[in-house]
Amino acid sequence: MSTPSTQMMRSLKFVKRFDWRQNIIYVGFVVVFILFAILLGDSGFTSTNNLLNIARQTATISIMAVAMTFVIATAEIDLSIGSVAGLASVVSAMAMSSFGLVAGVVAGLAVGLVVGAINGGLVAWLKVPSFLVTLGMLGLVVGVARWITASAPVPIADATFIQIFGGGDFGPLPSLLVWAVVFVAVGAVVMNKTKFGRQVRATGGNTQAAMFTGVNTARIKFYVLLLSGVVAAIAGMLYAGRLQSGRFQWGTGDELSVIAAVILGGTSLFGGRGAVIGSLFGALFIGLVNNGLILAGLDVSQQQVVRGAIIIVAVALSSKKKTS
Amino acid sequence: MSTSPVLAVEMTDITKAFNSVPVLREVNFELMVGEVHALAGENGAGKSTLMKILQGVYQRDSGEVKVLGEVVSLTDTFAARAAGIGMVFQEFSLIPTLTVWQNIFLTAEPLGKFGLINDGLARKKAQEIFDDMGVAVDVTALLEHLPTALWQLTEIAKALAQNARVLIMDEPTASLAKHETNALFELIERLKARGISIIYISHRMDEVYRVADRITVLRDGQNALTAKLADVTPAQIVAAIVGREMSGNLTYEDRSARISKDAVLRVTGLGSGRRLSNISFDLHRGEILGLAGLMGSGRTELVNTLFGIDRAHAGSVEIDGKNVSIRNPGHAISLGLALIPEDRRAQGLVLEHSVQENLTLPLLDGLKGGLLLSTQKIVERAREMIATFSIKVADQRMPVAKLSGGNQQKVVIGKWLGTDPSILMMDEPTAGVDIGTKQEILAMVREIADDGKAVILISSELPELLSVSDRILVLRDGEVVRNFLRADIPSEEFLQLAVQGA
Repeated sequence: MSTPSTQMMRSLKFVKRFDWRQNIIYVGFVVVFILFAILLGDSGFTSTNNLLNIARQTATISIMAVAMTFVIATAEIDLSIGSVAGLASVVSAMAMSSFGLVAGVVAGLAVGLVVGAINGGLVAWLKVPSFLVTLGMLGLVVGVARWITASAPVPIADATFIQIFGGGDFGPLPSLLVWAVVFVAVGAVVMNKTKFGRQVRATGGNTQAAMFTGVNTARIKFYVLLLSGVVAAIAGMLYAGRLQSGRFQWGTGDELSVIAAVILGGTSLFGGRGAVIGSLFGALFIGLVNNGLILAGLDVSQQQVVRGAIIIVAVALSSKKKTS
Repeated sequence: MSTSPVLAVEMTDITKAFNSVPVLREVNFELMVGEVHALAGENGAGKSTLMKILQGVYQRDSGEVKVLGEVVSLTDTFAARAAGIGMVFQEFSLIPTLTVWQNIFLTAEPLGKFGLINDGLARKKAQEIFDDMGVAVDVTALLEHLPTALWQLTEIAKALAQNARVLIMDEPTASLAKHETNALFELIERLKARGISIIYISHRMDEVYRVADRITVLRDGQNALTAKLADVTPAQIVAAIVGREMSGNLTYEDRSARISKDAVLRVTGLGSGRRLSNISFDLHRGEILGLAGLMGSGRTELVNTLFGIDRAHAGSVEIDGKNVSIRNPGHAISLGLALIPEDRRAQGLVLEHSVQENLTLPLLDGLKGGLLLSTQKIVERAREMIATFSIKVADQRMPVAKLSGGNQQKVVIGKWLGTDPSILMMDEPTAGVDIGTKQEILAMVREIADDGKAVILISSELPELLSVSDRILVLRDGEVVRNFLRADIPSEEFLQLAVQGA
């Protein structure tokens, strides 16, 4: 219906209104991708195999970042996800070797439910800051995982488990990719198109106003942390399936990559905003950088330095206040 | 040359535009030494922009500013402070976890040996400032342990410590009880006597007449009136503010015919913590019940308890004849209650979210298409509400933080009326809104009651309470001390005496 001139006006307006904080990740992603494609094209950066590899390697981070987006949108944090993934991987592997596939999956999920419920309960009803609760939980959960396995890996032989949880393909696609796409899609719809998502953002934006509006803010915080625990447990089982064993080290340090991915994606650490698709691109961005630095032939220490610097710059840009 | 200047501030032909929308058009303002000059106007009339130019927050596009006879550039807030402009913030710029003296000298601490802070000297200087002000305060107390009235005085002391010659006070009595307000006015008199000039921004006419020497009214970014208060009537000032004569909205009309006999809400012996005890009253369909009382008398606690924010420990609440025990706000909403809270920014709105999102937050159940929320329904519902409550907003996707105070309040009211409550509780709904919006809100309150809903209205402005309430409860120390029918209240003075407990 609109004439070309009004359309142009609209696109001009769009350029003016462009929210850098929200969208810097997409710009950054494209810029870094093009840069690597030019510089590292000869090293096979753009090959289908390498690109699928990036997606596969970042899948677990992306999945956990979806849940973390909800946590951060309520202005809370969950530092325990990496260790929950580790514990879920070993518990799942142990239960599977004794009682079979279903028991293994149920046991893995139970780890996430229990840890998430404890985190959520302490934060929502006892009002303990989530930073402290989940920091304590991080150590506790790693301790339990090492204790019950005597720090040894638990092998997984169940072919079906490996096929479903990250080791195999669903048709032409790697199963990890399918898991990630499903989580991101469901997460984005829940955040933007459901009452729960709106209440999550209202709780993070102004807890008091949300409470006065009839939002049960304590329950929202509980659910969000419960969700984060369960999703971390699923991520742990995906590690277990891909690497065909349960190990307490799976997921170690993932909480930091996940938080970085979420902030990069435009979600505010102070709550009130939640960009699920942004978090996916945040995770992909980190994966892209990791992959590019390896292809560029940097050794591990150099990779760490460059990766840290890139993340600081990107997070600084994405948390810069919008200039109107 | 040696004669001291008569004018503390002289702003001439000040013009300012934001994004080429003019906000101030050749505005003139002058403030004499030792004068209290009231500044009035509706929200959006340009008062705060003018004051922000004086504080160095905004830069003027054209015009000239002189402070104490000298042209100043006011390029930033430091320049303004150095020129002697002090601001008493409406939202306090104090750090609760520091002591009074630490706040007063924050960033200007007197230093002693080795560049360390000389605590003793700072304490002594802070005490001297308060002694000069004639206010007894323990300057070593942590601010968070002091009542809000003393925060305000600490703000003033902070400005004086920086040698301010001009103080800008923005709605300074908004959070004060009557006796605290009186103490503030006495302080203003003493400051005047010392040659301090004060710009006094207020929506409250009685205060302006009590404290100010002259008044300047801005309307639509232009000068509408400057006069000695001795020479103008309140009606003339109101006319200048709104640009038209006000209709008789502030006079009470007898609504008794519209009030139903049966009680929609019956409260018996309600108590909550140490702040409420033995509260009993009935509320009828179509009735507007006013709650009068001082700050801390239990008015806010009463509505918060009815809304399930505070817990009731004694007594009973009946809604439509059924005994209910209200667990939380969500439960209260399902029983047909709604509360427009006292502090709209902290309790009523998610400021960074859009107007549309704020308006529909309590209504999400009705805005689904299948399982998911329908954007179309949300947009349409918000558009209807914006029209119904004549909220002035260019784009409903705009963050609500960008609206004026009056329009923000309309968003809060609209959000609650959208839930179609049978009992609407409003806690200071007109605080800090301009007089035009105030009239609109009061008219809205009457319409809501005419619609058969019951209203509980809290207001510290007695004329407002008297103009709409059919019945007024007076609270003191958490108890109902009087229960008046509107017809039994002969005058504002009568009610004022009851509130004060005389």
